Amino acid sequence: MSIVIYAETENGKFKKTAFELASYGRAIADQSGTPLLAVTINQDDTEELARYGVDKVIKVNDVAFEEFTAQSYAEVVSTIAKENNANIIVLSSSANAKYIAPLVAVSLSAGYASNVVALPDSLAPLTLKRSCFTNKAFNTTSLVSGVNIIGLSNNSYGIKEHPSSAMETTNSSVSLSTSSLKVENIDKVVGKVTIADADVVVSGGRGLKGPENWYLIEDLAETLGAATACSKPVSDMGWRPHSEHVGQTGKPVASNLYIAIGVSGAIQHLAGINSSKVKVVVNIDPEAPFFKAADYGIVGDAFEVVPQLIEKLRAFKSS
Amino acid sequence: MKILVCISHVPDTTSKINFVNDESAFDTNGVQFIINPNDEFGLTRAIWMQQKHQAEVTVLTVGDINCEPTLRKCLAIGANKAFRIDMQPTDGFQVAQEIAAHCKKESYDLIIAGRESIDYNGAMVPGMIAGLLNYNFVTNCTSLEVEGNHATASREIDGGIENVSCELPLVIGAQKGLVEEKDLIIPNMRGIMQARQKPLEVIPATDSVAKSSILKFEKPAPKGAVKLIDADNIDLLIDLLHNEAKVI
Repeated sequence: MSIVIYAETENGKFKKTAFELASYGRAIADQSGTPLLAVTINQDDTEELARYGVDKVIKVNDVAFEEFTAQSYAEVVSTIAKENNANIIVLSSSANAKYIAPLVAVSLSAGYASNVVALPDSLAPLTLKRSCFTNKAFNTTSLVSGVNIIGLSNNSYGIKEHPSSAMETTNSSVSLSTSSLKVENIDKVVGKVTIADADVVVSGGRGLKGPENWYLIEDLAETLGAATACSKPVSDMGWRPHSEHVGQTGKPVASNLYIAIGVSGAIQHLAGINSSKVKVVVNIDPEAPFFKAADYGIVGDAFEVVPQLIEKLRAFKSS
Repeated sequence: MKILVCISHVPDTTSKINFVNDESAFDTNGVQFIINPNDEFGLTRAIWMQQKHQAEVTVLTVGDINCEPTLRKCLAIGANKAFRIDMQPTDGFQVAQEIAAHCKKESYDLIIAGRESIDYNGAMVPGMIAGLLNYNFVTNCTSLEVEGNHATASREIDGGIENVSCELPLVIGAQKGLVEEKDLIIPNMRGIMQARQKPLEVIPATDSVAKSSILKFEKPAPKGAVKLIDADNIDLLIDLLHNEAKVI
């Protein structure tokens, strides 16, 4: 038996979620007395994983996996899990991890719980707390297969150092089956933090009055190294791309800090951002529902408050 | 072309969520049910293909008789026929097995399911259908074009868009972008009348087995009151975020 995590990388570096998965996997491995293995794909330097308690890294380095496809990456994770007799596989909540998880589940005939927010309540049967109804509730689910997959919500467990002095590293190969699916191209903004990976997210709503005023959101986000997001009406009106829409039918947000500027706080929006740890709202309307969901609030005009906030934050950051 | 759109019957996005039976079941009392929004984006895209490519659009749900008004609504929107697999599924794996078993008999070219339902948020059914049938799969799908046996599709990734091409059969995890909110079809009286005559066939479930079960539900702990900060005192906000919340 073993615990297997898929440690995701981007441009030769581990994603933050890889360390969170390792920390989480370590805690389960300690409870169950089984080794913690990490699968990496086309990553040369894997030493960093030793800091978070990984016992063994299994590297799959092959040009065939240069491009992510769900089928091929799912095959890598399933094959390594099978070869190592894994009984628990832990995946992140990145777009790619959520894409491969159901394929791995079918391939291993495994139980799968997504959006898991805490360590298991019990290991036999594997009982997990997960969010549902778009963060309006949680459910406790029991996975009853011999092999089970945990999809861990980003930023729900945190990163915990656990240096292991004797991390082993091995190379493995996985043969790729054929598929007619081809990645033609990827259109990705370079150097901009994504909503999924951001510690801080700054979001704008209709209160900003028009797309021409988005420099306020962008400047504030830049000051904080934050990702930018928007409410549903803003994306529906085409002020911002729908990739920025957060909420029930948009992207979920689980950042440490979420700052909402001119967002009224419809129930669907609040649901989507509810797993963020600290919420700040700036809105001219003191009756805006967001004030009921926020930790800190300023009743005021965004066009006056935000420039001041940017200026003071810059001073704070440079002090 | 034969298109299947898998429909989840879910509580309206504005519903208050409550639980009954010792917090073990969702309280449907007074809840308005709708087509899962991600499924509805997919259904609308399918109806466009019906108009452009003369595709036949079938909708299907796995659920009890209470789901039928939702299927009738899909027929009123323009689907040609509907199936209801008669069971109350325990988890997404079971739903996927039921749908895959049905698809093996019907040989659809394109299977569309919302990338996730807004109730259980499992985000597993479309991928599991694809896995069980060994079909191509694109989730978080924001655009889709089909010409003959060839499809091109876009997937929303973290921070961008990935464009792919593949052969049919294909399973799509639908979301906004496939069509926009304004494109959603509101059934008119003619559609509603026609929907009453369209076939809605109830089929028995197979012997699929769930791999998980829900033990209980709970609601998030109540939140403390917001700390209001004067608009002239931004320094205080920065101080609180730094020293109290420790997030900057």
